Amino acid sequence: MAHIDLHNSSAVVIIGSGAGGGTLAHELTRRGIKVVLLEAGKRQSTETFSQVPGEAFLQLTWLDARTQSGNWGVARDFPSLPVWHCKTVGGTTVHWTASAPRLQPWELRVKTTYGDVAGASLIDWPISYEELERYYEIAERRLGVTRRNGVPGLPASNNFKVMYAGAKKLGYKQVHTGHMAINSRAFDGRGACIQQGFCVQGCKMGAKWSTLYTEIPRAEATGNLDLRIESTATKIEHGADGRVSAVVYRDGQGKDQRQKARLVCVAGNAIETARLLLLSSSSKFPQGLGNSTGQVGRNYCHQITGFVWGIFDKPVYSWRGATLAGVVEDEVINEPRRGFVGGYRLELLTLDLPTFPLVGLSYGWGRDFASIMESYKNMAGMFINGEDLPRADNRITLNSNVKDAYGLPVANVHVDEHSNDQAMRIHAQGQMSKLYDAIGAKRIILGPTPPATHNLCAARMSADPRDGVTNAWGQTHDVKNLFISDGSVLTTPGAANPTLTIVALALRQAEYISQQMKTRRI
Amino acid sequence: MDELTNMNRRELLKTTTGMLTGLVVAGSPFALVARGPAWAVDLTALTSAEGTELMAVARTIAPHDKLDDAAYAMVIRAIDSDASKDENTRKMLKGGLAALGPGFAATVENDRVAALKKIESSAFFQAMRLKTVQVLYATPIAYAYFGYEGEAFSKGGYLLRGFNDLRWLPEVPLQDSGPMPVSS
Repeated sequence: MAHIDLHNSSAVVIIGSGAGGGTLAHELTRRGIKVVLLEAGKRQSTETFSQVPGEAFLQLTWLDARTQSGNWGVARDFPSLPVWHCKTVGGTTVHWTASAPRLQPWELRVKTTYGDVAGASLIDWPISYEELERYYEIAERRLGVTRRNGVPGLPASNNFKVMYAGAKKLGYKQVHTGHMAINSRAFDGRGACIQQGFCVQGCKMGAKWSTLYTEIPRAEATGNLDLRIESTATKIEHGADGRVSAVVYRDGQGKDQRQKARLVCVAGNAIETARLLLLSSSSKFPQGLGNSTGQVGRNYCHQITGFVWGIFDKPVYSWRGATLAGVVEDEVINEPRRGFVGGYRLELLTLDLPTFPLVGLSYGWGRDFASIMESYKNMAGMFINGEDLPRADNRITLNSNVKDAYGLPVANVHVDEHSNDQAMRIHAQGQMSKLYDAIGAKRIILGPTPPATHNLCAARMSADPRDGVTNAWGQTHDVKNLFISDGSVLTTPGAANPTLTIVALALRQAEYISQQMKTRRI
Repeated sequence: MDELTNMNRRELLKTTTGMLTGLVVAGSPFALVARGPAWAVDLTALTSAEGTELMAVARTIAPHDKLDDAAYAMVIRAIDSDASKDENTRKMLKGGLAALGPGFAATVENDRVAALKKIESSAFFQAMRLKTVQVLYATPIAYAYFGYEGEAFSKGGYLLRGFNDLRWLPEVPLQDSGPMPVSS
């Protein structure tokens, strides 16, 4: 591992080691570029992942305070946890469920496809699907995605058998065990999935792709990476020329450090990315970095979710097997006759016994609540992953009334659902209910919207600087040597689980950055 | 610093204030995970009588008739532990019990439900509901009772232990699923 001096101003500083930051770190270091990778969390491993769900949650989750507001159900049901992502080396790729579908070509042209939608701040992506496709292909090979490039699908679990039978009864055609970044056979030095069902607790098998044990060790092996754990960035500084010049962070001992930088890439998961840009205000950039048009933090998207549980006469044992290995893709279409624009996926899901009543069920107690719990063994589960519409006022802001451990304002997450979002959820939960009903469910239960795990679009790519924060390479419109490298840059969320797209964009950004550095443009 | 000293002293001086006890029913799911024929849970902030009343609250919130008292005692142990560290929690619990009145545990379920509905919005009830849901279903006793098998990595996963043993629906065609991996 490299040791890069704090005063060395030739290195790239990447903030965050998840899908975007971890991939970018590998891609830059393997091209010979020195990288300081700042990660707020600790470093776990397949050996240290806890197998007690409550402990695993505490081990991996970003638990620093946030506040929230708006009419979304999360504000009511999970007031202290608006979003659920990780604070650990590998970021949210440690707890993700590894669904790796692509966006559809039309999902990059929503403004053109949907037209004007009142109350939504739709724009088209500044890049075409054709441009992105090459990077999707590289990403799929890198992650070993199933049902691509000859990689077999995962075998069907009990929970998926239920989903499949119901989906076929409804006439759905595109139903399978998903495009998963989970090894269906040994690949890339990692073993095949043994269907343990603890994807979210960190895959002890290492069968699920995570930057923790793929991209990051490879970046370390180049000798060009200086990974600093328990290092929380608190401010990005700039010089008189307006270019960023250093990152201030708190180290594991609680001491402020200042790392000089030639270039800074922010990949802190959308909430912290926006917060850091806003915290980095200065006399030159009084609204925060990259925020001259007031777009940082705006247009926050999280994708529409919502559980449906089906209770049957006979056991399902839904916890046995890869958590999310099953999908219905027929609804990933834009068909306004359904009553909304945009598409959604039906995705297999289950929750372990301790987590199920906390996250999977709406508030309840007494006999009815207990009767649902009594049926846990006989329960099948699904949820939706759908496109939510960007809104200018759905945004991440600084809440000066609540401070973190360093005395800095925490992020506030504000979401007022668009009526389109609500219509989509109702349609999807209706379809899922019909699906379970078609195969004889005794009871169907609609669950709440869980804390958001897909945090997107709050520093989006835009052709016009007035509409977003970065250009088509994640380079901020305002500051040439400041890049955004996580889900924040997605222009719109689409209905695909975002990690594959984040990785594809990071691969593309790495090419761009190294070319720009080589030609001394940045 | 004084606070810390006081806290340490309080920890040192901590003595048992009450106890919850019960017998393990032979043949129950609990018997599978119990280490002996009887169980006891020490309380360090609450009295035995208070513990018993709170156990009735937990059982009314999550009524699983055949789930052993020992599982509910784990909930009370957790909230007792909170109360021994935090005076406000202790006061909140005592206040909640006072609001319910004496003999709550001895009344029939309908009356217990009605009594809890009246105080549903209170901090006491909300804390008891959350603690019950958080702790009860995370106990080994509940795992055994609900037939939940938990982590499987240590046993080689569910790949050969039933992840696809459902037989009451048709099998998924290979093109929509995938082959079983062969271990190398």
